[in-house]
Amino acid sequence: MLKDQDRIFTNLYGFDDWGLKGAMRRGDWSGTKEILAKGRDGIIQEMKDSGLRGRGGAGFPTGLKWSFMPKESDGRPHYLVVNADESEPGTCKDRDIMRHDPHKLVEGCLIAGFAMAAHAAYIYVRGEFIREREHLEAAVAQAREAGLIGPNACGSGWDFEVYVHHGAGAYICGEETALLESLEGKKGQPRLKPPFPAGMGLYGCPTTVNNVESIAVAPTILRRGGAWFAGLGKANNTGTKIFCISGHVARPCNVEEEMGIPMRELIERHAGGVRGGWDNLLAVIPGGSSVPMLPKSICDDMTMDFDALRNAKSGLGTAAVIVMDKSTDLIKAIARLSRFYKHESCGQCTPCREGTGWMWRVMERLVKGEADPSEIDLLLQVTYQVEGHTICALGDAAAWPIQGLIRHFRPVIEERIASRRGVPVAHAAE
Amino acid sequence: MSVRRLYHDQPAHFVPSGTTTAFADLAVTRYPAGRQASAVLPVLWKIHEQDGWICEPAIRWVAERLSMPYIRVLEVATFYTMFNLAPAGTHFLQVCTTTPCWLRGSDGVVSACREKIGPEGVVRADGKFSWIEVECLGACVNAPTIQLRSDFYEDLDHDKTVALIEALERGENPKPGSAIGRHSSEPLGGATTLKDLSVGGDD
Repeated sequence: MLKDQDRIFTNLYGFDDWGLKGAMRRGDWSGTKEILAKGRDGIIQEMKDSGLRGRGGAGFPTGLKWSFMPKESDGRPHYLVVNADESEPGTCKDRDIMRHDPHKLVEGCLIAGFAMAAHAAYIYVRGEFIREREHLEAAVAQAREAGLIGPNACGSGWDFEVYVHHGAGAYICGEETALLESLEGKKGQPRLKPPFPAGMGLYGCPTTVNNVESIAVAPTILRRGGAWFAGLGKANNTGTKIFCISGHVARPCNVEEEMGIPMRELIERHAGGVRGGWDNLLAVIPGGSSVPMLPKSICDDMTMDFDALRNAKSGLGTAAVIVMDKSTDLIKAIARLSRFYKHESCGQCTPCREGTGWMWRVMERLVKGEADPSEIDLLLQVTYQVEGHTICALGDAAAWPIQGLIRHFRPVIEERIASRRGVPVAHAAE
Repeated sequence: MSVRRLYHDQPAHFVPSGTTTAFADLAVTRYPAGRQASAVLPVLWKIHEQDGWICEPAIRWVAERLSMPYIRVLEVATFYTMFNLAPAGTHFLQVCTTTPCWLRGSDGVVSACREKIGPEGVVRADGKFSWIEVECLGACVNAPTIQLRSDFYEDLDHDKTVALIEALERGENPKPGSAIGRHSSEPLGGATTLKDLSVGGDD
């Protein structure tokens, strides 16, 4: 198990003061000026050495992402945008960072912003997180008051402002270009890439969008060294990570653990185990609603990291572990996710706008078994027609949970249909 | 996608409160000059806070205030699902029913709302309550969850939801957060980590 000394989020549960005084007592804002004195290249190299991969779901190396920003400004300002639009079902880690450890995020903004020559950061908080936003706004005000941000931040000679912005209930704004559109005051509909945000992002200026957790861990990595972070976890999957364990466990919780921890150990040590014991496990969605579920047989010796989960045709995503025991109607669980994606599709690309609704309606019929067995393959085929045919990954995210269900639990669907035989079957199309 | 339209019964005018006007003036200062459209979500929020919903004259007011075309504000107001486009009850309960909450028994929360308030999306006759199902609120390890104004009510079940509604009926201000005594997202019964609070320095 990860030692408490190696945990970054020491106030994850909010038992201690979240304000500036508590944060400083826990080591935040210590030596920030010296970190900035390493210079842009020094900071980025240290981040690359740490092996940190983005914590928002895609797992792109953070140091590398920062290095994509132009070295010299062409007159346009640079922006850091923090993605705090946490809405992936199962995920609630950024919420704890913002309400219990907001100074880690504010300090991280300064360091990351400096490393990409930005003088301003916008933190885009999801609309539902009102208390979290209030804590964050208070932390920004405290930091500004103390001279830690603002003109000559931390006495470094660098001017830096942090602004807190918020959304109003659109999952799609977690997609980085949709978030930028939303921040500009428009509907949150993703942009085509290229141009990438590093070349043309917010207001047409070079911009980097990072997840809350990626930014919040940066100050500790730079204080303790990239080698310390790289020494935790597994090769190519380094460091610590906040896991959100929800669903059918004895004690759902958030916990910071080492990357690559065995799934079973994570669930049993921190969440009190699967309800009714490990043998009562049916399936796990290991990385938030978008990644395909895994049956117990694969979970038995699965480790929680990007590479192992990808090799099992799933993903670490946001590390939101949704546990389902044998009492679960898996078809219904996935149908509910299909309804989520249907609700959240922005409507821009036809395959997603029409496909998410179509897939949801078929899923609802499969829940009742009101279908022909051949429709399982038809549904699978439609998921492939949506996947990869849209501007952003929402179409993929809607397709994968259904693919995971059919891949591992096809007999369950077939059985449901068979047990319905003798009852008039409704027509397929709606 | 969710299709949303304006309410059929619109007031003739929107009257912003002093707070709303002052907020709109302050909000635009957070963005570069000429980028005042960025303030559209925060300003619509403030109006939502004032009235509990977004009426058509308010959309016109925002468009004028932020020098935006009317259609741009209209499409923002209808795109973002947290903006009510029709009046809601004084106590507006947003019940999360996405899979993590559903696995932990959000069906019971929904049935409690049906029993105590009535059908989804319909304001109770006394005007005091309405409720809707919403998508993931982002408090999945404290499921099931209800959002009420700025706060989350967590770790609910059928009976605890009934108790919550009854407390609101009595004019009480129920304590937000976990209904089973958890501090926040730690495991019930106590954290398995961070037991020694003296640990915590970075160096």
